[in-house]
Amino acid sequence: MSFLSVRNVSKYYGPVAAVDSFGLDVEKGEFISLLGPSGCGKTTTLQMVAGLVRPSAGTIMMGERDITHLPPPQRELGVVFQSYALFPHMTVAENVSFGLEMRKVAKAERDRRVKDILALVHLLALADRYPREMSGGQRQRVAIARALVINPPVLLLDEPLSNLDAQLREEMQFELRRIQQVVGITTIMVTHDQSEALSISDRVVVMEQGRITQVDTPYELYERPRNPFISSFVGKSNFLAATAEHHAGGATISIGNTGITFQANDRPKGKHVSVFIRPEKLRLTAPSEGQIEGTVTSRYFMGNQWLVSAKTPAGTLSVAVQNFGAPPPPIGEKVGLVWRNDDCRVLAAGAAE
Amino acid sequence: MSASVSAARPRMVVPSLLSAPATLFFIGLVLLPLALTVILSFNSYDYTAGIQSDLTVSNYLTVLQDEYYYSTFWRTLRLALITTVIAVVIGVPEAYILSNMRKPWRSIFLLVIIGPLLVSVVVRTFGWSMLLGKNGFVNGALAAVGIEPVQLLYTETAIVIGLAHIMLPFMVIPVWTVLQKLDPTVEAAALTLGASRFTALRRIVFPQAALGILSGSLIVFALSASSFAIPGLLGGRRLKMAATLVYDEFLIELNWPLGATIAIIVLLANLVIMLAYNRLIEQQAKRKLG
Repeated sequence: MSFLSVRNVSKYYGPVAAVDSFGLDVEKGEFISLLGPSGCGKTTTLQMVAGLVRPSAGTIMMGERDITHLPPPQRELGVVFQSYALFPHMTVAENVSFGLEMRKVAKAERDRRVKDILALVHLLALADRYPREMSGGQRQRVAIARALVINPPVLLLDEPLSNLDAQLREEMQFELRRIQQVVGITTIMVTHDQSEALSISDRVVVMEQGRITQVDTPYELYERPRNPFISSFVGKSNFLAATAEHHAGGATISIGNTGITFQANDRPKGKHVSVFIRPEKLRLTAPSEGQIEGTVTSRYFMGNQWLVSAKTPAGTLSVAVQNFGAPPPPIGEKVGLVWRNDDCRVLAAGAAE
Repeated sequence: MSASVSAARPRMVVPSLLSAPATLFFIGLVLLPLALTVILSFNSYDYTAGIQSDLTVSNYLTVLQDEYYYSTFWRTLRLALITTVIAVVIGVPEAYILSNMRKPWRSIFLLVIIGPLLVSVVVRTFGWSMLLGKNGFVNGALAAVGIEPVQLLYTETAIVIGLAHIMLPFMVIPVWTVLQKLDPTVEAAALTLGASRFTALRRIVFPQAALGILSGSLIVFALSASSFAIPGLLGGRRLKMAATLVYDEFLIELNWPLGATIAIIVLLANLVIMLAYNRLIEQQAKRKLG
């Protein structure tokens, strides 16, 4: 019996399914990310778990308890909203204390717990400020403290970092993970930012158009995306059109226009397949030494790496080159591209974009 | 140097020209009559010779030394306060419900709320007299369930009912405007923290609407305290409020200076009360809501 179990939950708005048969078992202490583009139903799913949206079908179980139709106050879950939703007319301490007041916790106990949780999020010094007197990152931490202070069994985070600037967002990612680990709280986070999902989750749930398309650890998700959409949504990818000859041990893949063939362990359906490979798995060499030859068409400097595009008979490929010191070949120069065939994933063609 | 001077001039001229019509209007229709009323209040009145052009404070002494005027002022203040409280108690939840309504219903009910303002005050007030009168609808309904008829018309209750009816829109609209701007997830956050819907309203939603409630209650108080037709028609000849008192002095007693004195005293009292209330609430709300 898992800690939190979402079973076949759907939400229809008229004939449109915002969420379609969502099923997920969450273990105690796990950090789960719901990842997907906007409109994929991830926030609706979170709101159904929080009790703010009624599911059209399915059940949500908390251990042995069916919470599908409980109103939010009785679910006792901690929720952090995208806009933080702090009470503007209350100080930080009053904001955090509110949930304890609702639980009729005695004043002395309340003060102690508010102090402890504010210390955890490093905001003890600002306890008497009003939300409008604080920065975005500080408000964010108030929102987390307010959700955590009631000791909820599950913490729900709705795009918690999307209103922060890039630098702060990265800092808060790790801060969020640290707090989650210290408290040991089961967490579900909604995000559209793949790097956020990969860096702090135990498992990532990818959603497309209301449906789950993959549930995996961040590493597996990145290395073995189940469909072309995921491979391009999570990280960058090169796609090559190819054909597959199926046989008993696997398949022989021939990349179009190149004469390159290799044995694949993946067994995608059909004859027409697409081979995808991450830019960082490709290397540039001298023209004659590569598996395939190409001409550099663009070169972008990203600081820690260069992103080079090379036109090859198989199509234009992006190559990520670590910034070791020397710049990569300039535009117009002939290069060779090398990769290990094991790093290639083969997926059924069709949805490949 | 000279360029900057000539550049400065149109900056002064244009705003003055633009505000000239409003300024003239204000001077001609507010300040001038007010000044004349103030002067009038210091003139003395003789029942045979009419208004004298001397200057005296005797009118003020008369008003401030007479129990009768005090009781009228006190009634005005009391009824205006009761009306304001009723408008808050009914209007604020009404504004909340309105702000949560869906598309077609919201405009329909907004129209219903503004409805009383669309009916002439005389027609509306006579409507109330018919409802509240001795053989009116209310007493008829009471009789139907076996309760003795009650005297409603020409009581303070009737005045408050009539005032509260017309004042509601002035409370609902400013509060509704503020509620429109609130983040709905703040209320949802209170729910997830264990607050009941009612607690969320009381502790989270309404405090954020404090400034709207403030402006609404200022409008309602000022209009109630200076209302004329409703106390005149529903209060009868005996129950006077400040405005009906002034009217009587001017048009029945023909003692214009005394009427002017009462008007000035009411104006000052109103001003003091409203400014004090405004300071009290606004400062608190400003500190919290920014």
